[in-house]
Amino acid sequence: MDVLQLIVSGLANGCVYGLIAMGFVLIYKATEAVNFAQGDFMMLGAFICLGLTNPEFMGLPFWISVPIAIAIMGAFGYALDLVVLRRMFGQSQVAIVILTIALGFVLRFVAGLIWGHQPISLQSPMAGRDIRLGGLVLGLDEVVVILVTVILTVVLYFYFNRTKLGVAMQASSQNQLAAYYMGIPVKRIHSLIWALAGMVAAVAGILFASKGSIDPSIGLLGIKAFAAAVIGGFGSLPGALLGGVIVGLIEPFASRYIAAGYSQIMPYLLLFLILVFRPHGILAQIHQKKV
Amino acid sequence: MSLLEIDNVTLRFGGVVAVNKVSFNVEEGEVFALVGPNGAGKSTLFNLISRIYDPAEGDIRFDGRSILDKAPHEIARLGIARTFQNIELFDQATVMQNLLVGRHRHRKGNMWSELAFTPFVRAQERRHREAIEKVIDFLDLQAYRDKYIAGLPYGVRKVVEMGRALAIEPRLLLLDEPASGLSVEETQDVAYWIEDIKKQMGITVLMVEHDMHLVSSVSDRVLALADGKMLSLGTPHEVQNDPKVVEAYIGVADEKEEVLA
Amino acid sequence: MRTVFKTSYDADINLFRHRVQAGWYVLLLVVALALPFLLGTFAIGEMTNLLIWAIACMGLMVLVGQTGQASLGHAAFLAVGCYANALLQLNLGLPFIIAFPLAGLIAGVAGALIAMPMTKLHGIYLAIGTLAISILTDDFIVLAEPLTNGVNGLMPPSIEIFGVSFDRYGMPGRLYYLVLAVALAVIYLYRNMQRTPLGRSFAAVRDSEVSAQAMGVNVARTKATAFGISAGITGLAGALMGHFAGIFNNETFNIIISIQLLLAIVIGGLGSIHGAFFGAAVVALLPQGISITRDFLGQFVGGGSIAIPGLESAVFGLILILFILFEPMGIYGRWLKIRTYFELFPFYRRDMFRRQKSYLKTERMR
Repeated sequence: MDVLQLIVSGLANGCVYGLIAMGFVLIYKATEAVNFAQGDFMMLGAFICLGLTNPEFMGLPFWISVPIAIAIMGAFGYALDLVVLRRMFGQSQVAIVILTIALGFVLRFVAGLIWGHQPISLQSPMAGRDIRLGGLVLGLDEVVVILVTVILTVVLYFYFNRTKLGVAMQASSQNQLAAYYMGIPVKRIHSLIWALAGMVAAVAGILFASKGSIDPSIGLLGIKAFAAAVIGGFGSLPGALLGGVIVGLIEPFASRYIAAGYSQIMPYLLLFLILVFRPHGILAQIHQKKV
Repeated sequence: MSLLEIDNVTLRFGGVVAVNKVSFNVEEGEVFALVGPNGAGKSTLFNLISRIYDPAEGDIRFDGRSILDKAPHEIARLGIARTFQNIELFDQATVMQNLLVGRHRHRKGNMWSELAFTPFVRAQERRHREAIEKVIDFLDLQAYRDKYIAGLPYGVRKVVEMGRALAIEPRLLLLDEPASGLSVEETQDVAYWIEDIKKQMGITVLMVEHDMHLVSSVSDRVLALADGKMLSLGTPHEVQNDPKVVEAYIGVADEKEEVLA
Repeated sequence: MRTVFKTSYDADINLFRHRVQAGWYVLLLVVALALPFLLGTFAIGEMTNLLIWAIACMGLMVLVGQTGQASLGHAAFLAVGCYANALLQLNLGLPFIIAFPLAGLIAGVAGALIAMPMTKLHGIYLAIGTLAISILTDDFIVLAEPLTNGVNGLMPPSIEIFGVSFDRYGMPGRLYYLVLAVALAVIYLYRNMQRTPLGRSFAAVRDSEVSAQAMGVNVARTKATAFGISAGITGLAGALMGHFAGIFNNETFNIIISIQLLLAIVIGGLGSIHGAFFGAAVVALLPQGISITRDFLGQFVGGGSIAIPGLESAVFGLILILFILFEPMGIYGRWLKIRTYFELFPFYRRDMFRRQKSYLKTERMR
């Protein structure tokens, strides 16, 4: 039973990592950029929902503030692309990585100014409730996290592989100029994908916040999620979730069966090994350049 | 013994046979051209010689020795230089520096002596620059010596790439479409240069080219390929009049017309 | 604009392009040598800090600017250099004059060894790989407590060379000269690298791996060499940082420092020694700049001296965003533009440095 509970809580953590990782992958698939501030997007989404819900701030009902928070983050993503990232059009990947790292610093500072640096808990209706299955006691929050993540992954996967807009998003990343010639509105698609990434981050943030308290530094979780995305194979949505779950599971088991100090190390050790032996992740999407 | 021997080479990408049992020899001192429609496997052959791809079957020998046990970077050291179809220069460096990279094969110092910049390294630098000046004179690149590649016109880049390959001082020069995208005058220059490379420098040339006019005016022998298979081998005149070659080219044209209709 | 008439191959090989250029740098050196007589103890400490950062930035610049390999983990090599230097002195009793270069060598070897399995990685994959190394190093320092004293940290002994003290607090001027000497030596090595086949093979790998290979450059070995040299220089900076800080632990070299180092060279301008110094100046002087500004504003607003957490990184981040958006070539790029403006006055055109509009093609094709 103990092991089972460890698995479920690991899965729930892994799903949050997976959701953040999916934000990375979404943007990477469509724009070939890497948003290092995705973790901070998640943090911001969590705080916006918390600011709307908690009685000491606005005190709205939870079910109203969730869609508002998601919408705000979507608008934020869209605006960010419009104002900042569009100027970066056509520049190298690493330049955008550096830009978004800097953006993360700024977002963390702003969140700290508004909501302070002390950990706060989101007043979520899921907090502290249990589900009993036979002898097994599972936290409602953890079950909800897993369910929402799985649904979202399936929806996004079909969106990218079956709908016209989804395919256009992929095409625009492979060759911007060619996509232009095919009549794909590349710039608007970029803005839309950033909006989508913002919304996914908001969902991740709300789910994370309903599992425990948050402070502005949780954005650094993005690094772990990034590791998860690479482990799974950058550029693959199911891969991102897979990577997230692997990282989520490896942590509690490492701290339990090896030593407490090692739970921090294991995800990165795994990442390093994956990079060395399977450089483009478990579900790779890289092809040889033609000369 | 031939300088380069391609012996029954086959390469597959998944189910596609890109190069199918191709065999030919390039003799020392000749200009040998590969022609054929797009996707015939011409550039793939170059990449096989450069060891970017491993052949599934067959052997490639240079100067009598198989090169299949060599790593891609060891090919230049054997004396095989190449250019690329879509110009692969070092964009953030000057023409001079690009040509100097071509001298890498002749590097004698190591990391430590170069960091310390010993007198030996300085003498070696002088020798490299002397060799580079010869290439610059040969290709008339004086005006661009200290210009960055990123700002140069296409035609000049094409010439710089050829110069970089010559800086290696190779025995065999692989030219991948040396005249593509060039004007008539520039193509004329290329023709003269290829003549001089063969006659004055004594370098054997293997080239891929679509411009049949250039091919027939400079090359000694021509191999026509289609769909990875050998069609015809002989003098430019023989190959151009080979019914199989005519069919391959006109056949392709027919299909295009059908698509358009 | 000065036209140089080259009359020998040495004109391209020598360190300076012409006499006037050499003159300016000699003047700069004289000013740097005179600083301890002009500045107070605090300011000279700040200048020492700046120089140490400049050495670290040059180390990273070898990798990012010359070889085009991104690294988000260079704090790891600062740590290796710092701990190696301190432990060689504390545990083996070696003098600084031996321990210091040895520390650089150890960091360099560590860098080359770590790079070997990663030479196939590109762009973001390399960035995340080096990021992982930085995090792992941080954790390893904590786990290897018997050696590193874990989170409690180490105190390196005061520097003494042949009986002359270079103590951080007692002799700040001497420490400054020592760091300046190291910085000059690193600049010299850097320039030598740039003008020999070594540096050209780095640039070749940066701009086109496939044609570097065709020119006979062993790409994997070149990358490992670049990593080694870069890590070695960074390790020297780390050793000096340890002495300058007086005490250090795993937190001194955390992931934020790695990121800051990368951001610094981007702000400074990639690919030049100047860029490394400009970037180092921003990182080293920013905290003082912010606190001076805050004290100044506090006079009007009142009560402005409370520390705001994250302000420093936020300002730093904002500066960086503005630079990437409006001056991707960094401070050094801006400096070149201003200089050209005055050299050509009044014929400077706005579009002189404009680059062709670029469209991104997929980097998944390698």
